[in-house]
Amino acid sequence: MTSQTTDNALPDLPRTPRDLVPLLLVPALIVLSAPLFGNLSSWVTLTVAGLAMGMMIFLMASGMTLVFGLMDVINFGHGVFISLGAYATLIVLGPLAGWAKADSVWLNLGLLGLCILVAMLTTGVIGALFERIIVRPVYGSHLKQILVTVGGLIVAEQMIHAIWGASPITIALPETLRGAFVFGDAAIERYRVFAIGVGLSVFAVMYLVLNRTRIGLLIRAGVENPEMVESLGYRIRRLFVGVFVAGSALAGLGGVMWAFYRQTLTAGMGMEVMVLVFIVIIVGGLGSIGGCFVGSLLVALVANYVGFLAPKLALVSNILVMALVLVWRPQGLFPVTRQ
Amino acid sequence: MTDATLVLDGVHTHIGPYHILHGVSFAVPKGELTMLLGRNGAGKSTTLRTIMGLWQASAGKILFEGREITRQETPDISRSGIAYVPESMGIFAGLTVQENLVLAARSGAIDKNRLDWILSLFPALKRFWSLPAGNLSGGQKQMLAISRAIIEPRSLLLIDEPTKGLAPVMIRSMIEAFKALKEAGETILLVEQNFHAASVLGDSVVVIDDGKVVHRGAMAELVTDRTLQQNLLGLSLDAHQ
Repeated sequence: MTSQTTDNALPDLPRTPRDLVPLLLVPALIVLSAPLFGNLSSWVTLTVAGLAMGMMIFLMASGMTLVFGLMDVINFGHGVFISLGAYATLIVLGPLAGWAKADSVWLNLGLLGLCILVAMLTTGVIGALFERIIVRPVYGSHLKQILVTVGGLIVAEQMIHAIWGASPITIALPETLRGAFVFGDAAIERYRVFAIGVGLSVFAVMYLVLNRTRIGLLIRAGVENPEMVESLGYRIRRLFVGVFVAGSALAGLGGVMWAFYRQTLTAGMGMEVMVLVFIVIIVGGLGSIGGCFVGSLLVALVANYVGFLAPKLALVSNILVMALVLVWRPQGLFPVTRQ
Repeated sequence: MTDATLVLDGVHTHIGPYHILHGVSFAVPKGELTMLLGRNGAGKSTTLRTIMGLWQASAGKILFEGREITRQETPDISRSGIAYVPESMGIFAGLTVQENLVLAARSGAIDKNRLDWILSLFPALKRFWSLPAGNLSGGQKQMLAISRAIIEPRSLLLIDEPTKGLAPVMIRSMIEAFKALKEAGETILLVEQNFHAASVLGDSVVVIDDGKVVHRGAMAELVTDRTLQQNLLGLSLDAHQ
């Protein structure tokens, strides 16, 4: 056959060059920033704080970047799922407040686990309703999506006020996660270490789901070319609802982590971090989970370092990171090919 | 027509304010390769997309194996047994060659015998099995797109301009592959601009112009009638050999 002759004459393709440069940004930033600090303990404390904050931003942003990547939907209402996740902890903390004060690691962690479970279930269910009522009628129109999802956000925030009141609510960290690990002069808050563990675990699970399962294969394909996925016989809408629900639940998980970090709940707390969420998904590359992860760590570390080294620049540091990344890579750190 | 796998009956398609197809009617006989020819913008790709439900027909009927699919959604049309290779090929660039094929095998696992047959048609794919499809050349991507369409038995293949932009040597490979598919009894509706490829492969031909069918008949008849070629397509076979 002619084709065989022709193809055999072709040289082997080189292995795909791995795009390591963006992956090296975070470790490079950590290492190269060390000499700028006067002492090691400040550097260690700020680095751990930055990593923990980055993990929490990743949890809050990962769902949104997938939703945008898969169905080209800009959900400005994503922030409300962060707030709802945070407030859902009250459902658990009300009757089980004693677990937080108990002198038992298992009760403390069990309480946090229950908070996470209830928050993810709550935001997942509300996410399904939000997609059905608010988002579905405006597929294909970015302007309408922005207007309608902002409307949905305002309604949901007012519902939080109606249910839990307009005043800020304080919550306490479970006993086990209070305090810090002390290494020499460096103090590393226990909760930040816990947040890093949760963030890494969620990233690992997402990575495995996206790369080792058929549903992950479908999501990755859908992000690239939803029309072709439909042409292969898969219902992209059903997949989208699943991703939207999962994204909302992840935002809820992020909300729980953020709530215990701040230890104060307000209805607008989700919307307050949305600027960071948008910056992170743009820096990472729209629709890219890996990019979202690296972008979150990068933005959070820079914010912490700049806040300490040059406080006057702290407010613009995130925008500066985004501008520099976009000048270097206009599609973000890990651009997703869309057709 | 009783032995037709696909029948289009007076199909109209509107895209926004534009009326693209104006009552297109033709049939694709079972086990044959039907060429859909026409100049750029005549409505060939729109015809395929309308069959797949990617654009809804505004009037008329589309029958597949005797069942109306005009208003069905794309996934249902695909699951009924129609495979589609768009002009852009629709390759998932970030997925490996293997993952592209696994995704197309809706039953889950890829049948080994069928895979061996496909790899005998397109041996290059075996070599690039674990590489991202985005790394392949244009011709190799087209091979992957067609492999994906035939990874499971389908009743009808819709393929849009498979030789577009390919080097002559790749076009010859593609023609050989289509000959093998014909021998395997596949029913194919093929959009093609390359008249030489069309003349070699086609059993029957449908010519579209301005969204209307202007000719239907045997491919052999069009190949031997140069006046007809000139009238319908503004070309002669000699010029494309």
